Parts: sequence; C-alpha cells; structure tokens
Amino acid sequence: MPPPDLRFESHTSDGLWVHQARLAFGDRVLFDDVSLSLPAPGWSCLLGRSGCGKSSLLRMMAGLSVSNDAHLTMVDASHHPFEQRIAWMGQQDLLLPWRRVIDNVQLGAVMRGERADPDRAMALLEKTGLGWAARRYPQTLSGGERARVALARTLYEQAPLVLMDEPFAALDAMTRLDIHARACELLSDRIVLMVTHDPLEALRLGDQLLIMRGSPARIERVLPPEGAPPRDPTTASMSRHHGELLTALTELSA
Amino acid sequence: MTRSLYLPLLRLILATTVLVVLWQLVIFFGAPRYMLPAPLSVMQTLVTQWGLLWHHALVTLGEIVAGFLCGTLLGAGTALVLSRWAFLRSTVLPLLLLTQAIPVFAIAPLLVLWFGYGPGSKIVMATLIIYFPVASTCYDGLRQTQTGWLDLASTMGGSANRQLFYIRLPAALPSLASGLRMAATAAPIGAIIGEWVGSSAGLGYLMLQANGRMQTDLMFAALIMLLVITITLYFTVDRLCRLAMPWQPDHAGRYALLNGEMT
Repeated sequence: MPPPDLRFESHTSDGLWVHQARLAFGDRVLFDDVSLSLPAPGWSCLLGRSGCGKSSLLRMMAGLSVSNDAHLTMVDASHHPFEQRIAWMGQQDLLLPWRRVIDNVQLGAVMRGERADPDRAMALLEKTGLGWAARRYPQTLSGGERARVALARTLYEQAPLVLMDEPFAALDAMTRLDIHARACELLSDRIVLMVTHDPLEALRLGDQLLIMRGSPARIERVLPPEGAPPRDPTTASMSRHHGELLTALTELSA
Repeated sequence: MTRSLYLPLLRLILATTVLVVLWQLVIFFGAPRYMLPAPLSVMQTLVTQWGLLWHHALVTLGEIVAGFLCGTLLGAGTALVLSRWAFLRSTVLPLLLLTQAIPVFAIAPLLVLWFGYGPGSKIVMATLIIYFPVASTCYDGLRQTQTGWLDLASTMGGSANRQLFYIRLPAALPSLASGLRMAATAAPIGAIIGEWVGSSAGLGYLMLQANGRMQTDLMFAALIMLLVITITLYFTVDRLCRLAMPWQPDHAGRYALLNGEMT
C-alpha cells in the first residue's frame, strides 16, 4: 500500500488580499475600509489590545457571524474572489469529547459528507507525534497533546488559508514553545493568520507582524526580527524587539 | 470498577436492613396489624401469592416500559424538531408548557374514558408524565452546545442537519440522560395512577383490591414489587445511558442515586 499523499497543492501562490473590511455594532464603528495582505506561504500575526476587533476580523474572514454590519472582500493575486477552503483554530482546541482522536482529526470529512481518509488522518497524527493516541478519547490527553490533535485536524482540511484565534493561549510556556516549532514546520506551505495577545509568540512565529490600533482601527505592518521562524526567544535581538513591540502596543490607547 | 459497584450496593443493603428493623420495632410497640403488617408476614405473602403478584407485576411493567419508550421518543423528537426549526418554537413551546400545567392526575379519568380500561390509558398516562422532563432536558442540552464547536463545524462546511446530528445531539446526550433517569422514576407513577382510576389488572389494581379487603400484607407485597420494578428500570436506564456515552469518565456520577446525589 502506498503511503498517503500529504503534499499540499496551493492555488494561491501569490498571497491573499483583504479589502474594505468594515465592522460596526450600531453607531460604534470598530473599523472601516481596512485592508491587509497576507503573503503565501507565510505566517502573519495580528496583534492589538482586546476589544479592537481583531478576533472579529478573523471571524469575518472565516465566514462566521459577527454583526449585521460586517463586510469584507477577499481576493487572490489575480483579483479573483477567494473561495477556497479555510481551516479554523479557535481559542480552545475544540476537540469533541465523544469522538476518538482520529475521528476528531477527520471531522471535516464528516461535516462535508465526504468519505473520511483514515490513512491520511493517521499519517498526520504520526507527524504531530500522536500516532499512539489515535484510538484514545481526547480527555485522556494533556493540554499540549490536545493542541497537537487540533493541529492535525487543521492540516487534514488541506486548506490554503489557516485562521487561528489565540490557539495556544491556554498552554503553559514550555508546551507552547514545543507546539510553535511543530506548527511552524507543518504549516510552512500555507497562508496563516494568527490573532495573538502575546507579543513574544508573534515575534517567534511571524513572517509579518500586523498591529491593529486606533478607533476606528487601522492595521500597520511591523517588520519582524531577522532570521527564519521559529525564532529563538532567548536572543538579545528578540528581547529588543519584544520591548519595542510592547511600547507600540501600549501607545495605542493614547 | 468492582469497588464502585459493590460499595454503594452494600450501603443500600445496610439502609434497607435498618429500615426493616425500624419497621419491626414499630410493630413491636403495638401498631395494629391491619394498619401495618409485620415484615415477615409481607415476606410470606410475597412467597405464597407469588403467582398473583407476578401476573399483575408483568402487566404494570409492560405499561411502564411502553410509556417510558413512547415518552422518550416523543420528548426527544420534540426537542430535535424545536432546535432544528426555530420558527416552531413560538408555537410549540407554550403547548409544551401546557402539557405540564395540567396535572395528569386531573385528566386521568378522561384518559381512561378515551383509551379504555386496558393498558392503553396507562401507557398514555406514563407517556404524558415523562414527556415534559424528557423534552425540556433534551431541548436545553441541544441549545447549550459550546459555540466554538459550531463555529468549527461551520468553517468545515457542515450543514445545519450535520451539525445537529454530529455535534449538537451528542453534546446534548448527558442532559438527555439526566432527563431519562428522572423519567425512569416518574413513569411508574403514571401507570399506577392509571390503574387506580380504572383497570382490571396491574399492581395498582391489586393494591386497591387488597386495600378494600384489609389485606395490608398483600398491599405491601405489591408495593415491594413496584419498588423493585422502579429501581431496576432506573439502573437499566442509567447503565444504557453510560453505554451510549463511553467517552464519559467512568467514576463521575456512577450510581449517583446510591451515592446519595440524585441527578
């Protein structure tokens, strides 16, 4: 039996653009006419104070309901509307307790009424180092292991665009460093947009840093530290960038 | 696992023994026999009248089980329909409340008139009694699905039906299970009331007959039969619910009733 094909064919090799994003709740406009571009492949981190609308922007890109007054357009390099599959990682691992680990990985197939591909799911679990846990229930796993299952489920989607809303916020520092390295490697061929509250996480993983600030909010690009992600968080350069980023983030309230 | 099974069972046996001793003490201090028969004479009746008791117990058991199944199917079905088609809520929810606002006991004579002296009216009665608890616990369970799961399912392209059957329904199973446990203890009430109002067979009928003839020991024997039926039904339902949810941790809430926490 040939090994399952885990290669990923991207149709949006030149990136993704979000235009004219607008979000308002009644009279309160969180942002209007905001645009951003995401390199492909590449990891973009979206930072900002809580309540600035960054999670809402991510939800809008995922097609999830936010507000009646919410709108944006997503186009690829040739200005065609982006209509491809999206993989979502929420604030929790969102594993279903009644499905075994491997069935959680294949959830997308069940949701779309497709035939599930257990070989591919198993190969993805092996890649995240969890082949041994395939037949287990998620609640028998640790937080870090659950996050890796969620990562395998995200990879199973074969989506060119991966949207993450603080997916690793609940993990302890050591576990987080480990999952950063794995995610960085396994998602290196996708367009990733990750909302995070942790400047260090953004500096470690981002090919591009986006800061959302102001009212109504704007998005500014910040250059990431030199070197390829995942960057070592202990270097002097990282501490300097961390300091600068923190200053930038605290200034926003002014 | 064996420990968690036998320890509560031991406690149950201990509690029963204490009750029987207290019962015997009351007799000892002069409660008249026609009001309270001695435990031993109830035991004797259980043995000598076993054929009669068994015959009537089977009738009542049939009514209870049929009522339980009908009530569960109707209740869970209502909950599914209500959570799938939101526009039905405004019309169906008040109706649901109405079935609870009218005491079933009050319409029991009417039900016997409509559905006859046979098991039909008793099954309807048991169904009506458990319909609301099952429907409301199941509906609550279906409504309180973690929103993150539904977000994930919809980014995966899951239709409303698939989200209902693969996410919301399994997520509601623990709530449904607690509704079913409640129903297992309530369904016998419906069947017995039905038999009191009008019947020619069943433990309720037997108890009325025994009461009329001052055969209190037979009445107590019938009561014990009913007790055994109800407890057996409760534990069967509890066991089946656990089998349907193998992902639930084994110890949490196991034999919750015996451990002193009614779920």
